[in-house]
Amino acid sequence: MHSPAEKPALSISRIAIHAVLLIAVLLYLVPLVVMLLTSFKTPEDISSGNLLSWPTVVSGVGWVKAWGTVNGYFWNSIMITVPAVLISTAIGALNGYVLSMWRFRGSQLFFGLLLFGCFLPFQTVLLPASFTLGKLGLASTTSGLVLVHVVYGLAFTTLFFRNFYVSIPDALVKAARLDGAGFFTIFRCIILPMSTPIIMVCLIWQFTQIWNDFLFGVVFASGDSQPITVALNNLVNTSTGAKEYNVDMAAAMIAGLPTLLVYVVAGKYFVRGLTAGAVKG
Amino acid sequence: MATLELRNVNKTYGSGLPDTLKDIQLSIKDGEFLILVGPSGCGKSTLMNCIAGLEQITGGAILIDEQDVSGMSPKDRDIAMVFQSYALYPTMSVRENIEFGLKIRKMPQAAIDEEVARVAKLLQIEHLLSRKPAQLSGGQQQRVAMGRALARRPKIYLFDEPLSNLDAKLRVEMRTEMKLMHQRLKTTTVYVTHDQIEAMTLGDKVAVMKDGIIQQFGTPQQIYNDPANQFVASFIGSPPMNFIPVRLARQDGRLLALLDSGQARCELPLGVAGAELDGREIILGIRPEQIALGTGEGNGLPGIRADVQVTEPTGPDLLVFVTLNQTKVCCRLAPDVACKVGDSLNLQFDPARVLLFDAASGERLSLDTANASVKDNVTHFKSR
Repeated sequence: MHSPAEKPALSISRIAIHAVLLIAVLLYLVPLVVMLLTSFKTPEDISSGNLLSWPTVVSGVGWVKAWGTVNGYFWNSIMITVPAVLISTAIGALNGYVLSMWRFRGSQLFFGLLLFGCFLPFQTVLLPASFTLGKLGLASTTSGLVLVHVVYGLAFTTLFFRNFYVSIPDALVKAARLDGAGFFTIFRCIILPMSTPIIMVCLIWQFTQIWNDFLFGVVFASGDSQPITVALNNLVNTSTGAKEYNVDMAAAMIAGLPTLLVYVVAGKYFVRGLTAGAVKG
Repeated sequence: MATLELRNVNKTYGSGLPDTLKDIQLSIKDGEFLILVGPSGCGKSTLMNCIAGLEQITGGAILIDEQDVSGMSPKDRDIAMVFQSYALYPTMSVRENIEFGLKIRKMPQAAIDEEVARVAKLLQIEHLLSRKPAQLSGGQQQRVAMGRALARRPKIYLFDEPLSNLDAKLRVEMRTEMKLMHQRLKTTTVYVTHDQIEAMTLGDKVAVMKDGIIQQFGTPQQIYNDPANQFVASFIGSPPMNFIPVRLARQDGRLLALLDSGQARCELPLGVAGAELDGREIILGIRPEQIALGTGEGNGLPGIRADVQVTEPTGPDLLVFVTLNQTKVCCRLAPDVACKVGDSLNLQFDPARVLLFDAASGERLSLDTANASVKDNVTHFKSR
């Protein structure tokens, strides 16, 4: 390992590594650049220039029009995503706590079965979920969609928290029990304060999953309660009139911004939380 | 302040599985310091968890102050425990760690502050109160863990190998400190260790455990001088007791153990016994410090001449290894004894301090040497 003070020698292999990394970064950035450039172009500009050309006039028209079309759906997505993320993370934390620190007879089997949930494709749960929502009277409602996302996300959040908590020594819980703390007091005062990294992982993961979801959104929500992903699809796929690529691109950027924001704000915890579980677990 | 009694305590993790604890029976008086000692996997930590209430016993009863607490949850037993890993709450400061148990017990804040101040002063951790556990050294963490236990003023303290994560020097310091602390506070204490020196130095009573069974329960002196079996004898004492296989011979109603160093032979008179022991193989136990230099001519002790094979000067002692009956035997001699590998030494033993063990079972064989002359021709072998 090099100490931070001494600089690594500039060798050919190092240059090669950096070159490859740079190319990879550029490749990944190209779509974003194209989207951003196009979103600020006028329709004439788009039809005359090429994809990567700089806009001749920087125009916000596309953004204004896109926001006017999708803003209602943007708030729908917030109303779906925020509660679903919070509820699934909270229940996952509690599940993980029980499955790692308060093992009961059959808890390993229970955990194993729960893990199956991680491998279930969305499509397989569509019919049962739709049936259940119908019975509960939640069909085509935002609450119904939240419920589906919470249930589907639980397998992941439980897995995250359980794997994080098994690396916490049992002695902590024993010490707290001798100090007189009960099940929830230990969870609230000892375990939760230690959980910041894994909570962040869970929030990012769940936020990305639920915000980007299209299938559940298109199946379980209708009309004005649809999430932004569905609205974006409807916008882009309209067959009437000329294609307004600047509006499409601006709308796609609006749909993608919240996840980008979450990664920027909480991203450093993401890697930290994942490795913490991986190394010790 | 409390007495602790274990009545036939049993613990098993499921029918068909071997018992983790088997008929554990012991009791200690108010203020006594009990050591549970044994190799890893002997059940000593399980027993401690059972006393704490962290694990349920499957048979018998645990009594604190003559009250059966077997069915009680840990918080109702009024017990405090110090863990090997210290188990300090990592997100709380030292002060919060010590306060936690008191807050849960709804002690008024003024009383809590007073208690934290008392404990911090006692353990000299006043300057650490606002730090987080990760910012403390191992020794400091250990003190905080003790502080957390002391603050509650429980009936019984449980210590689960509290010193084993410390380096050698600190361990010796903390050992003395724990003893001082116990002399001052006089709280009933149960202390688990695999370190026989801690067992000997700290305990009022020692219970040596193996395979979930208490091998012997007594004072450190009893354990050291009068071990119940070969396991206890080998576990306590450093360097460990020598075990020499010997053949017995009987002469005029007295038993003799035959020793052979390769260059000399010696007959160790053991006492009186019946003819049935004649020719039998047993194990002779001699502690290294009970082998002395000397020809035995002045004091009449039996002696033997043997070649030195290895010497290990430890500083205060010189450990010399010789071979008797094809077994490596350690002798603990004064450091100024001049000897080197290849020399021959005259060694002598006191037959009265030699212990005898059954070769097959390892059980102690007791021989009535004191009354040998009176009870001549009577069998005095008894299996303990």
